[in-house]
Amino acid sequence: MAMKLHEYQAKQVFADAGIPTPASQLASDVDGVLAAAEEIGYPVAVKAQVQVGGRGKAGGIELVADETEAREAADSILGMDLKGYHVDRVLVEGAVDFTDELYVGITMDRGEGKPVAMVSTRGGVNIEEVAEEDPDAIAREHVDPSFGMHPYQARKAVYDAGVDPAVARDVSNVLMTLYDLWESRDGSDAEINPLMVTADGDVIAADAVMNIDEDALFRQPELAEMENEAAGGDELEQKAAEYDFDYVRLEGNTGIIGNGAGLVMTTLDLVDHYGGEPANFLDVGGGAKADRIANALDMVFSDDNVDSVVFNIFGGITRGDEVAKGINEALEQFEEIPKPVVVRLAGTNWEEGMEILNEDLVTVEQTLEDAVQRAVSYAEEVNEQ
Amino acid sequence: MSVLVDDDTRVVVQGITGGEGNFHAEQMIEYGTNVVAGAVPGKGGQEAAGVPVYDTVHEAVEEEDADTSVIFVPPAFAGDAIFEALDTDLELAVAITEGIPTQDMARVNKRLSETDTRLIGPNCPGLITPGEAKLGILPGNIFADGNVGLVSRSGTLTYQVVDNLTNRGIGQTTAIGIGGDPIIGTDFVDALELFENDDETDAIVMCGEIGGEDEEEAAAYIDEHVDTPVAGFIAGRTAPPGKRMGHAGAIVSGSGTGTAESKISALNDAGVPVGDTPEEVADHIESYLS
Repeated sequence: MAMKLHEYQAKQVFADAGIPTPASQLASDVDGVLAAAEEIGYPVAVKAQVQVGGRGKAGGIELVADETEAREAADSILGMDLKGYHVDRVLVEGAVDFTDELYVGITMDRGEGKPVAMVSTRGGVNIEEVAEEDPDAIAREHVDPSFGMHPYQARKAVYDAGVDPAVARDVSNVLMTLYDLWESRDGSDAEINPLMVTADGDVIAADAVMNIDEDALFRQPELAEMENEAAGGDELEQKAAEYDFDYVRLEGNTGIIGNGAGLVMTTLDLVDHYGGEPANFLDVGGGAKADRIANALDMVFSDDNVDSVVFNIFGGITRGDEVAKGINEALEQFEEIPKPVVVRLAGTNWEEGMEILNEDLVTVEQTLEDAVQRAVSYAEEVNEQ
Repeated sequence: MSVLVDDDTRVVVQGITGGEGNFHAEQMIEYGTNVVAGAVPGKGGQEAAGVPVYDTVHEAVEEEDADTSVIFVPPAFAGDAIFEALDTDLELAVAITEGIPTQDMARVNKRLSETDTRLIGPNCPGLITPGEAKLGILPGNIFADGNVGLVSRSGTLTYQVVDNLTNRGIGQTTAIGIGGDPIIGTDFVDALELFENDDETDAIVMCGEIGGEDEEEAAAYIDEHVDTPVAGFIAGRTAPPGKRMGHAGAIVSGSGTGTAESKISALNDAGVPVGDTPEEVADHIESYLS
């Protein structure tokens, strides 16, 4: 999983490494926006700092020419709800007068198992769409991770993309720096879109994306600090992060808990297959003990959409007796069980688990298929009432 | 017959003195696996799980003739541990560790291309030849000796599908969990090739999931090179784009690559039926064998 830096954080990282960025300041209230704009000089862009794509289209970015417009933009953007995210900070940034918008990016090509550098002259738009419509518009250069990117590779990608020769050298330098950052900071993606070219022939990073491999945060202490500051998002997903669950909230009403990503996905698919709608993906991981199992139930009960729960555990390193203990623990505290729970236990210590499990509190099924069908029918019953 | 592992396999466990490594070394030995040594820096001369521990993998290979390594080293050091295994020309290295930084695996991947050692994983449950040996963390008691080869990206889904097979009296030659990370050693195509060339394997189960294009590549390979009948399963049909479903590799990208539909139709085009449920996969396999 990747930890996403905010634009202002990524820009700081890029600027520190020598990539040109516009003058900018972070602000969290209207007065702060006006003061920043005054200092930078109009026109400025006021940009919502939230982790979603398509901010501009959703009204999260405004270009303003004077104080009146700046006040209006700050009023409308600060505090707005942008695709489910609350905006509490904006970046105020000097507007760039550009002639061209380029795209440069580094990511991991999983098919090849190698990093790949990408350059395109079609920056400023969604690059995934460009990749689909016109794959040739993006020049790609694979990098041997044991050597890093050679300067000739950066030049080659830039020439292959058809970048104006007048700025080719500067763009190559930006790409080299971007690769070095990606490598040294354990990036999963590093992108500048757009990399603007001005009439004077300068290049400047008008946006910045830096996603960090979460598995590598142990050796990126500075970036790990930033994450805490940037935390946000759906209330339930925040709760899941506190419990350290792999959790994804969905739209349906059948809650799902299981162990192992593939099996939990399969449980979701079966809920759908038998006519229900999955409310979530929740993987308790391997070797979960009783308290973690209880937390998982608490997690799913916290979602008001949930009408029934299917709890499917196939133990390898997870033990059935621990699971049963956790389920009892979580359910015995209720006078009335909030939502019907269907349990299916298999694998390591499942017999021990079945002996412990309080069957007055749950419905037990022997197979995955039966457990899912039962949970789906419970959810339907609740809906009919 | 079987692929990759049998009762002659001589195993060194890297990280055998850690909690997981120790527990699973004991479990492997109990199952009948020929674990001959452990390798842990600074612990040379000790004994763990009843076998001698060496400071380096090189020593374990020289002193105990190990030909296979199973790696239970924590993620921050696991990349280095795989490099060490690759440096001794072992036949097989199995990396169980979850959470290895992707850039470390990119470097491992480069090194792999220069050696003859096969890597399984990382972030995988390992592999098992029922009745002979298991390398990793799979629960031995659900498997049975037989003639179905199984390859899967997910651990617990492997157990589920194996359970559906074993309950019908259908056993396995070898079951391989290749792991759910974006960069892995042995992929579907490699595993399919092994099973295709194994005389005892009469049918193959392939369990894939959303993300990447490995299943599509496997489908193309089956179409061209595999005569053994294959039945498939794809997890993640209901996964929304842009949301990672647990595994680092299991994500449908915003541009729509990695979807279950794409994988299912590629497999169907190659003549591989894909079950809607694990039970349906077992139905297909049963019909192949009758």
